[in-house]
Amino acid sequence: MLTKTAFQGKLTKTENLFIPFVVAGDPSPELTIEYALRLQEQGADILELGVPYSDPLADGPTIQRAAKRALNAGMSLRKAIRLVPELRKHGLEIPVVIFTYYNPVLQVGHEDFFELLEENGVEGVLIPDLPFEESEEVRTLAEEKSIEFISLVAPNSDQRIKQIAENAKGFLYCVSTLGVTGERNEMSKEAFDFIERVREHSSVPVAVGFGISNYEHVKLVNEYADGVIIGSKIIRVIEAGIEKVEQGRREEALQDFSQEIEKLIKG
Amino acid sequence: MLQVFPDVRGRFGDFGGKYVPETLMGPLQELEDALDEAMNDEAFLDEYHHVLQEYAGRPTALTYGDKITKELGGAKIYLKREDLNHTGAHKLNNAIGQALLAKRMGKKKIIAETGAGQHGVASATVAAKFGLECKVFMGEEDIRRQELNVFRMKLLGAEVISVSSGNGTLKDATNEAIRYWVANCEDHFYLIGSVVGPHPYPRMVRNFQRVIGDESREQFQAVEPVLPDRIYACVGGGSNAMGMFYPFLEDDVELVGVEAAGKGTDTPEHAATLTKGTPGVIHGSLTYLMQDENGQITEPYSISAGLDYPGIGPEHAHLFKSKRVRYEAITDQEALDALKLLTETEGIIPAIETAHALAQAFKEAGSMSEAQTILINVSGRGDKDMATLMDHFKEEVDHAH
Repeated sequence: MLTKTAFQGKLTKTENLFIPFVVAGDPSPELTIEYALRLQEQGADILELGVPYSDPLADGPTIQRAAKRALNAGMSLRKAIRLVPELRKHGLEIPVVIFTYYNPVLQVGHEDFFELLEENGVEGVLIPDLPFEESEEVRTLAEEKSIEFISLVAPNSDQRIKQIAENAKGFLYCVSTLGVTGERNEMSKEAFDFIERVREHSSVPVAVGFGISNYEHVKLVNEYADGVIIGSKIIRVIEAGIEKVEQGRREEALQDFSQEIEKLIKG
Repeated sequence: MLQVFPDVRGRFGDFGGKYVPETLMGPLQELEDALDEAMNDEAFLDEYHHVLQEYAGRPTALTYGDKITKELGGAKIYLKREDLNHTGAHKLNNAIGQALLAKRMGKKKIIAETGAGQHGVASATVAAKFGLECKVFMGEEDIRRQELNVFRMKLLGAEVISVSSGNGTLKDATNEAIRYWVANCEDHFYLIGSVVGPHPYPRMVRNFQRVIGDESREQFQAVEPVLPDRIYACVGGGSNAMGMFYPFLEDDVELVGVEAAGKGTDTPEHAATLTKGTPGVIHGSLTYLMQDENGQITEPYSISAGLDYPGIGPEHAHLFKSKRVRYEAITDQEALDALKLLTETEGIIPAIETAHALAQAFKEAGSMSEAQTILINVSGRGDKDMATLMDHFKEEVDHAH
């Protein structure tokens, strides 16, 4: 099922994938490195590195707050991409997907953007507001550079599911429910029927995101899909540690983080 | 020719499109299918025009401004009176069209974004009229500034949702309305107030506003032998201007869109998107916008809340780039001066938004010949702006009387 080129062969398994999302620079670039390393320790298979944006249309309040903190700390698309070699220097080995809204990419320019990704050893890119119909040029450039262009598919994608799934690269991001990112209490039955339909057409791992916020969700989703994408829940844990970081109790905050992530993933 | 825009991908030349999360692609297609079907159904169009006539009070008048013409001593000045439309501005034309479409699609709940509150009031009005449930998203800063319109919406039965994300203004209210729509698209209709947003919104709103230009054309030809030499309209998102310009795009008429220069386009405090902005994506559309070098969208400024928007409709971006429409920018002060002049000469108190179009027209009228004609779209009335106007003019007015 796993294609040989998936993340240039760096993805070593095809099920129970744990794909965490953090916002670069939230609350500082140094701490993003620390949190990323701890996520790897806890078994993360791919890191989604979010680029903060002033107008994040697909995101709920938690990620909006993270974006605001990161922007206040001076983060940008170029800086986020340049953080990747820093992450590697500190020991991050798992593939990194840059998650960015389209407007910052447009300002850097398509060609320069992919040059930057290649130069800095980024394995994948995800642009949530660039649907299939608008992404042809970007998909072509990604292919030329062997960078995985990650697609999203939603419960109401209907006849588009086949087209999106068949063209998917890296992994396919299944939006579990209509709405923006954020923690939710329940996962709906329809979500699982939808995941089944997506898997029928996909040759890459199918990972589910939006609303996954506890171990029960993780366990349940892994029965139906190849992995989980977790963003808001992780950001809440980072957020909860900000006070300790500010009080100079940084190690404690990092330890708390590791514990919370372990609970989330391993129960 | 120009009129084939947008193309099947929702493009006006280089601009437009659908830059939205995957979850909205389905609802946008559903909307486009329903819209195409409705616009080809004579019964739907008849109902829309019937409501415009017997509820909104259309056609609005075309007024010859004899005193202002004499005062400026140049081209003859005509005013298209959208200020006489029900609820006080052109906004209702579009709200009626979209509410009828929502009903036709079986959606009983509408959501809308608003800055100054004019589109919010228009949406709340059609919701009351057609028995729809209405939520209006409004930035917390705008709620504070526009107390009267907030009350009007509530009185009309709408729920006003305060948006605190970002800076709490129109841009953020629009983001929040889109987010809400993403989560509730199955039974909610998003009633956008301008020619912005993803395809098919810019086309739909233009087509529900073109009644302004269509009427103007007919009314003008009844009193003048030829079409106007120049037409002026103010531009925030750009719906009154698109509605006015669209029926004249293929004629030999000079079209002038007027943006808000705020405290001056050489200061950071303005909303002159085409004059000073650069291409990018905002609210699902590729257009011009105000942004920093990293592609983060910046906050605009204008005395007029209706022009205080960092983007502009994609069709305007195209008309700007193709040079079919000339775009100018007018400062707060110039707009206020023009507002006062029209009020004193014609007994019409226009909205501050409209005053931007007036100011540009007044600048140019004097240097045109008496044989030439000007048409200005008076997009709304100034009632909503009384608090702002009192701040600026009270001393001067009280002193004079």
